[in-house]
Amino acid sequence: MSIKLEHLNYVYSPGTAYEKQALKDINLEIPQGEFVGIIGHTGSGKSTLIQHFNGLLKASGGALYYNGENIYGDGYNMKQLRSQVGLVFQYPEHQLFEVDVLSDVCFGPKNQGLSSEECEKRAREALELVGFPEKYYRQSPFELSGGQKRRAAIAGVLAMRPSVLVLDEPTAGLDPKGRDDILNQVEHLHKNTNMTVILVSHSMEDIARYVDRIIVMNQGEKMFDGKPKKVFSHYRDLEKVGLAAPRVTYIMHALKARGMNVRTDATTVEEAAKEIIRSFHD
Amino acid sequence: MIRDITIGQYYPARSVIHRLDPRVKIICTLLFLISLFIQRSILGYLIATIFLGMVIYTSRVPLKYILKGLKPIIMLLLVTVLFTLFLTREGEELFHFWIFNITDKGLNISAYTAIRLIYLIMGSSIMTFTTTPNALTDGIERVLHPLNRVKVPVHEVAMMMSIALRFIPILLEETDKIMKAQIARGADLESGNMIQRVKAMIPVLVPLFVSAFRRANDLALAMEARCYRGGEGRTKMKPLVYRAKDYLAYAVIVLYMMLIFFVGRFVPFHIWIF
Repeated sequence: MSIKLEHLNYVYSPGTAYEKQALKDINLEIPQGEFVGIIGHTGSGKSTLIQHFNGLLKASGGALYYNGENIYGDGYNMKQLRSQVGLVFQYPEHQLFEVDVLSDVCFGPKNQGLSSEECEKRAREALELVGFPEKYYRQSPFELSGGQKRRAAIAGVLAMRPSVLVLDEPTAGLDPKGRDDILNQVEHLHKNTNMTVILVSHSMEDIARYVDRIIVMNQGEKMFDGKPKKVFSHYRDLEKVGLAAPRVTYIMHALKARGMNVRTDATTVEEAAKEIIRSFHD
Repeated sequence: MIRDITIGQYYPARSVIHRLDPRVKIICTLLFLISLFIQRSILGYLIATIFLGMVIYTSRVPLKYILKGLKPIIMLLLVTVLFTLFLTREGEELFHFWIFNITDKGLNISAYTAIRLIYLIMGSSIMTFTTTPNALTDGIERVLHPLNRVKVPVHEVAMMMSIALRFIPILLEETDKIMKAQIARGADLESGNMIQRVKAMIPVLVPLFVSAFRRANDLALAMEARCYRGGEGRTKMKPLVYRAKDYLAYAVIVLYMMLIFFVGRFVPFHIWIF
């Protein structure tokens, strides 16, 4: 169970003035159950990349294997792939359309051809997973607050019970509490169900806190790919492409420069605190 | 997918046509469209074809791109051509089958209609491909300026047009995004019969309308926040000024129109296509 990309290329609007190579020779493999973060400057190809994972965009060259099967092969069941790889777009609340939240969340399972009881069961389950309050189930999705709309939309994808969940900046435009809630629930899901989670984010703090592995995209190419500590140790290179390391990493570097005996690879506040305390004890 | 619709979009390139004053392009396009309708001889259409070909060549917009703009009108074209072909009763009968009969006149008229419609779209898309929406509105406003005297709100109309034009690519992009989001949730937008397909569009149309209203609301608010109050007393940062190449363009179109008139008047016999 994995996603594997081999020499993947993608060109936007070939043959026109808008022609642009959005992805250049991407090779990577994401095993089942991994929590992966994708970071990159605006226009670096992140969103283009993730739209390949469920076959929404067809690569101009190269191959994509899901569970060992080439999805561009003849007769490949795209619908099956799309129910396995759930994709939550940026501002997913803009896709809500039904008369009430529950029916909207049922849309995915209904398209999978399930019975209406099963749809509703899965919808309730998904809404519960994202912490959506039951009293709003029968309310119009257009009357909810921004955070609740976002939850309902994410539930709409989870209700299909995907084995891979791809989230494109799921926290954009949310307040800090809404952001933490949603990411904590995603982490919870990941831990309990062995779901692969691929998170696209602009927040280095969020990425450092949740993911096992970071993929850095720059101008359509994979720039770094590795554990957060290793990737953020290249913080000078990241800055050159408009990214950065988490704030605490900079603080650790500054402390070290002032003569404190600390390791500089902390990426979360908790780690940094521990490291500083340790250095005082030494 | 839906981004393939190119009609009404600006195509950035460096060409003389792009740099022309928008008024010139509007008036020339209008004259070209008129030229298509005031004549019906093969020679006239030949001249129109050469003229259009030269303009397209100079504009550096790929022909493929312009032809793509014809896609949305294929149905209209087909219906128009078939109706004229089968329902024209005048002329000499060439072919008869059940209630259909094709006459030589019907054949010719449908051929002209097709050419006119195709050139009409191509001619006007050259204008929109080479003129930014802003420049286009500026041009329209100036061209229609005399109508202000008879109390036509020219500025407001121009503003409405420019907003509508500006929103075409935005809404197309939005449609593309929503379609993808629903396809990702397993929506099937392509197969099924007519009714099923219309029903399948609901999950796309509802969010699209919601987003269009949201955007309209935001824009109105932003305009009011900047004290927009219509055209009265409004001045331009970059007023339109005619330059040498603009006069040259007028000269070319006048020459072209004279040629078309001449062909229409003085080429004595009706040279029909068929």
